[in-house]
Amino acid sequence: MVITPQRNIVSRTWGTSVGKKSVIAVTGAIFLLYVTAHMLGNLKVFFGIESFDAYAQHLREIGEAIVGYEGVLWIARVVLLSSLVLHMWAAFSLWYKAKRARPVGYQHRQRWEGSYAARTMRWGGVIIALFLVWHILDLTTGTVNPLPGESSAYTKLVASFDRWYVSLFYILAVVALGFHIRHGLWSAIQTFGANSAMKQNALKTFAFVVAAVITIGFAVVPLAVMTGLVR
Amino acid sequence: MKLTLRIWRQASPEAKGKMQKYVLDDVEPDMSFLEMLDVLNEKLVIDGKDPVSFDHDCREGICGSCGMVINGNAHGPQQYTTTCQLHMRHFDDGDTIDIEPWRARAFPVVKDLVVDRSALDEIIKSGGYISVNTGSAPEAHAIPVDKVSADDAFDAATCIGCGACVAACPNGSSMLFTAAKVTHLGLLPQGQPERQSRAVNMLTRQDELDFGGCTNVGACHEVCPKGIPLATIAQLNHDVLGATLTGARSD
Repeated sequence: MVITPQRNIVSRTWGTSVGKKSVIAVTGAIFLLYVTAHMLGNLKVFFGIESFDAYAQHLREIGEAIVGYEGVLWIARVVLLSSLVLHMWAAFSLWYKAKRARPVGYQHRQRWEGSYAARTMRWGGVIIALFLVWHILDLTTGTVNPLPGESSAYTKLVASFDRWYVSLFYILAVVALGFHIRHGLWSAIQTFGANSAMKQNALKTFAFVVAAVITIGFAVVPLAVMTGLVR
Repeated sequence: MKLTLRIWRQASPEAKGKMQKYVLDDVEPDMSFLEMLDVLNEKLVIDGKDPVSFDHDCREGICGSCGMVINGNAHGPQQYTTTCQLHMRHFDDGDTIDIEPWRARAFPVVKDLVVDRSALDEIIKSGGYISVNTGSAPEAHAIPVDKVSADDAFDAATCIGCGACVAACPNGSSMLFTAAKVTHLGLLPQGQPERQSRAVNMLTRQDELDFGGCTNVGACHEVCPKGIPLATIAQLNHDVLGATLTGARSD
């Protein structure tokens, strides 16, 4: 009897470029769900300090009876961090493959072919990753926040965005995130094989609308603080 | 028309190449791009110099031989057009035109603008076919094909394998080429028995051959002289992931 050696599904998926793209797509979908929830939560800032701080407290108490205080938050953090590792690992591996694939470049710079969003995925992703480090140090651990750690979430947010450069960096980062989602969402749908010549424009429009809503939803918070609407 | 050409000259695969400048005074707007290069080469031969090597064959836009990057665009500025079908009327008197070969590790330069595209043949060998006994042609109506599948398969089948998708791709990926073949064969009844293994094998071969990975940028579709839809790549992804999830044997 001949036994054909078979590679398992994980090594086979990871081994191909499409497999790596689907890892990026699945983890990207997790991030998209997270940032949507995060964006909606942020908007509570417009309902006042009580509403926002109660929401922040509630996030720590969800499912406390089962997973303990801050249990859900920590589960989310572990899922997000492992997704981030996989997302970046697959992306850097494709980036390396792309660099290798064209050792000699063109003398005449190419016209901007393909979408702007698609061509800024890599450096845009790096910008978002750097922003995340600052963002966590600022509003999660409070290391670079002007207020002490035990202050309310609302006052820490206002104190942080009162620094114009922090607001500017935040807005730049969410614009980079918007571009990333604009290409990433469409690209993920394409990677899962759900695109067709008939649906392509509709799918691209859908990705654009989702990206625009998320970008604006995030950007209004620092803008509101800077214009004095939220104090 | 007076044109200044800057052309990549490289004597052999190992030689170090460079952009060489040529001035042509008597270019007719009705010449094709290749005829313009023919005029240049005649002058070079008369002057006892080495003519510029470039690939060409049918000169009617269906063989996929002629391929060069003109001012940074594969096959030049006109959409859905091969280099041989591009006419000089699309350029202005006094223009400087940069002409370079396809650039990819998988497409090594043979001489000047000629690159070795046999990597695409390697991808075809790994699954770009259907296995049937040859002989007399079967009755065309024996196997019904629905109109939508027939149209989509035909759109994909118009790929001439010129390699412009690779040349334009920022990742140096041949995904549009591979996807066109997988879509063309995978949508027709005759292609069903090998559909899953074909998709996986052709993609695996492409990955092995120093091509980059697709990131859905879409530059390939914009330069494709046949306008192969980007959705063919979704079809390839669909078949590859389907094969992976159902555990189809491929190795």
